Amino acid sequence: MRVILRQAIAVSVQALLVSINTKLPLDVWGALEQAKELSRGTGALFMDDIINNAVLARKRGLPLCQDTGMVVVFAELGVEVSLEEPLQQTIDFCVAEIYPRQGYRPSVVSDPLARTNTNNNTPSIVYVELVTGNSLKLDIMIKGFGSENMSRSAMLTPAQGYEGLKDFVVSTVKNAGGNPCPPIIVGVGVGGTFDYCAMLSKKALLRTIGERHRESVWAEREKELLTAVNELGIGPGGAGGGPTALAVHMEYHPTHIAGLPVAVNILCHSSRHGRVVL
Amino acid sequence: MRTFELTTTDFSQSVDEMRVGDRVYLTGVIYTARDAAHRCLHSDLDRGIEPFPLRGSIIYYTGPCPGIVGKPITSAGPTTSGRMDVYAPRLLALGVWATIGKGPRSNHVREAALEHRAVYLVATGGAGALLAQSIKDYEVICYPELGPEAVLALKVERMPLIVADDIHGNTIYN
Repeated sequence: MRVILRQAIAVSVQALLVSINTKLPLDVWGALEQAKELSRGTGALFMDDIINNAVLARKRGLPLCQDTGMVVVFAELGVEVSLEEPLQQTIDFCVAEIYPRQGYRPSVVSDPLARTNTNNNTPSIVYVELVTGNSLKLDIMIKGFGSENMSRSAMLTPAQGYEGLKDFVVSTVKNAGGNPCPPIIVGVGVGGTFDYCAMLSKKALLRTIGERHRESVWAEREKELLTAVNELGIGPGGAGGGPTALAVHMEYHPTHIAGLPVAVNILCHSSRHGRVVL
Repeated sequence: MRTFELTTTDFSQSVDEMRVGDRVYLTGVIYTARDAAHRCLHSDLDRGIEPFPLRGSIIYYTGPCPGIVGKPITSAGPTTSGRMDVYAPRLLALGVWATIGKGPRSNHVREAALEHRAVYLVATGGAGALLAQSIKDYEVICYPELGPEAVLALKVERMPLIVADDIHGNTIYN
């Protein structure tokens, strides 16, 4: 067994939390530059603000968005790794320390109905998958709720098939309109169970923009869905005059003979995520 | 598209001229309020308390990043206005001149805004760092217990905004 110390995880995770809250990944940057080229009128005005914001945040180490999100972690934990404590505890320690220290907004309430702020942005959402090997891989995402609120899932019937799925994705983006800070990234989960499908739709958001699905038939669907949502004309900031989405990423999983679960997780243009491998 | 350089005190003189898509650079004092502050504000109003003067005020739907000592409010972009739609008509009826947020408003809010000659302005969603640059000072006005959702008076200088709903019934969201 290889022991990975809590402190080693904390140092990497805290550095990553600061970096992803202030610096856009290069692929997102490139996609935004491209979207700006394609924008005009009010859409171009919004794109100018979005790019200038990213430049300023990077230069001065400022949070890109005041919604410093719920921290979502997708962990791949090697079965030959031994940890000192449950991963959730380590991640929450990192967030609880770094968020107040950096002055990031605490955006988590403990009881969804009583709504008392926990004041340190914990707990985080942590998914752990056990894999072979002796390393720990953490994909960390800062998920804002302006876009999370616009996400939806549905249990379609097998008969509805791809056409039904396509309608659901397009109508979800249409209903979201200018609310989720377009140009957005659309994560689509297909199959599995009700809950697993939603998780997949979120995981899909981590993929580098420009990378297509590994299976060509799914890659084609991504391309077709991207065209379809961009034809809605919602545009940057919702005012038209440019792209609605930067990318559509799909992930699928085997499912039951009776079902076709679909989930659409929407992400704002401020796609903040990164990876550490220990 | 026109560009307006306005102060919060003489704001109402220009509402007739504003059209959707116009750029507005706003200088003066605006009040922050988002979900929890609206809930508190409404229960205060039910009890006859007006915690800050609403007439002639401009409300910004935001919950800023608190920042650190010597570097307060590091990010302060708009939150989704639609969640405040349930509260907005009452505030517009009490004389709020304008609201600032992001995303479309529901029809009942647009009707109330028309009736009370209030414009709806948007700031670029996700441009929190950029928008925080126009905040020069702030003061907690009420509900400090709400933390990032407390009502703050923000002193802003040339805050970059866009007219989303004008008082002639137009909207940029079609």
